[in-house]
Amino acid sequence: MTNEALQELIGSWFPNPEADMAKDVSKTTVEEEGDGETDPSKVEEPVPSSLLQFSEEGSQFLNIVVNPEHFHDLMLKLKTNEATSFDYLFCLTGVDWGEALGVVYHLESTKYRHSVVVKVNTADRENPMLNSVCDIWRTAEFHEREVFDFFGIKFKNHPNLKRLFLTEEWDGYPLRKDYEDEINMVIK
Amino acid sequence: METETLNNNFKSEEYFINMGPQHPATHGVLRLLLTIDGEIIKKVEPDLGYIHRSIEKMCERDSYQQIVHLTDRMDYLSSHINNEAVCLTVENALQLEIPERVKVIRTIIGELTRIASHCLWWGVMGMDVGALSTFFYGFRDREMINDIFEETCGARLTMNYNVPGGLMWDIHPNFINRVKKFVAHFKTKIPEYDQLLTGNIIFQKRTKGVGVLSKEDAISFGVSGPVARGSGYSCDVRKYHPYSALDRVTFNEALQTEGDTFARYQVRIQELWESLSIIEQLIDNIPEGEHRVATNAVIKLPKGEFYQKVETARGELGVYIISTGTKNPYRLKFRSPGFSNLSALNHIAVGGKIGDLVATMATLDLVIPDIDR
Repeated sequence: MTNEALQELIGSWFPNPEADMAKDVSKTTVEEEGDGETDPSKVEEPVPSSLLQFSEEGSQFLNIVVNPEHFHDLMLKLKTNEATSFDYLFCLTGVDWGEALGVVYHLESTKYRHSVVVKVNTADRENPMLNSVCDIWRTAEFHEREVFDFFGIKFKNHPNLKRLFLTEEWDGYPLRKDYEDEINMVIK
Repeated sequence: METETLNNNFKSEEYFINMGPQHPATHGVLRLLLTIDGEIIKKVEPDLGYIHRSIEKMCERDSYQQIVHLTDRMDYLSSHINNEAVCLTVENALQLEIPERVKVIRTIIGELTRIASHCLWWGVMGMDVGALSTFFYGFRDREMINDIFEETCGARLTMNYNVPGGLMWDIHPNFINRVKKFVAHFKTKIPEYDQLLTGNIIFQKRTKGVGVLSKEDAISFGVSGPVARGSGYSCDVRKYHPYSALDRVTFNEALQTEGDTFARYQVRIQELWESLSIIEQLIDNIPEGEHRVATNAVIKLPKGEFYQKVETARGELGVYIISTGTKNPYRLKFRSPGFSNLSALNHIAVGGKIGDLVATMATLDLVIPDIDR
């Protein structure tokens, strides 16, 4: 599947209710054409038609930004939907974006060999909480523990969420940008 | 009647034993907490972090040239391929045109690295299941490769031969001859490996049907490399996302479908032949040209995100760089193959015996610094 086709399909799973209101009731079946051509009527639409944000700028993959409440539903659909079947979670990265903490998921389908990147940010730094995807890809169990260890993001419904590399009594989360350790860190 | 009361008095109970961090079968400082019932494993819990150096955090402070050197210290048996992964990411981000000569030399040395790593693995694999002599055979052949590396790169293990933009310096004049000599030598030695270990009935009994991992589980656990290919999961990055000179060579992806320890063993032996074939296709056709293109002394990557995957001896290594346009990465993540492969260990080992766990660990071929980073 091309990135355009993926974007159209995945975007249609989470329609934006505001876009429906903004649009006229005369909603034609644009989604079913699926020829990847840019539809002039869509370009002029100021309200995004999906709750997901898509971007390909500055990355070789199609990037999807999703809010935490729709995150788990999206991931489950990406895995189970026959047309996407992203069964291989090959990279799970925690990132400190400054004001928010985020997790980046790199997905690939072993059947179709297409890839997609899903990004989700936590609401705050004090009590960062996201849904676990352990139930979808079992590799997430270790990777989420690593992210918890280094960024302090808690994953809801994780079977065994505890520190992986560091000791239980370690203070702070070292890969956060504001982490300070005068003894062990050489700052240039 | 007496035996009956005896049986009632002795109930099976679960208890813990500690395997490692100083255990020969864990091949490094990995500690496994085993919950066992008699000799049957109920749960394996890895305890990590004994040699964690936080390379990812160090990368955020270092320049892109410096980062290359840190990657040697992850999977030290695939050091050249690790270096290549970072260099490729940086070169792709800068959209540098890399000379053909560099691509071919990188691929040849990468495959030599794979053979050296598999030789070491084969040696310790035999040793783990009780055959000491394989260790000496494996190291004998690995030594020849290390000598070639020493002559060309100046180091035997942590080679640092790649730099963003090409190679540190050109190959040694002896390089081509010595590689050809090694290929001819090693072709006579792989059958010897088979004679010594593969056909051995004790070895087969220790490995066949032991530590089975299904294809679906392999994908779900993100397992890659020879471990995944032993389960019939076709995942060779060299095939699906060819890099350097791998797009112009023909080779077969080693695949076995059984998913047991013996299948993983066979995949690696088969890969030795394939790597030799790749080297043979390239060694006579190293293009003339520069060994390096000039880059700025201070490399600044454009703003954006860059991902590059390569196939190390252990599986899929991913380098993920988030750049904000400065001379350091904002975030750099190494997706190491050993880390994901280890996550499947509990699933593979449960229900087996402790001796089976040792055989399974041997074919997972873990390198602990790769997991701990």
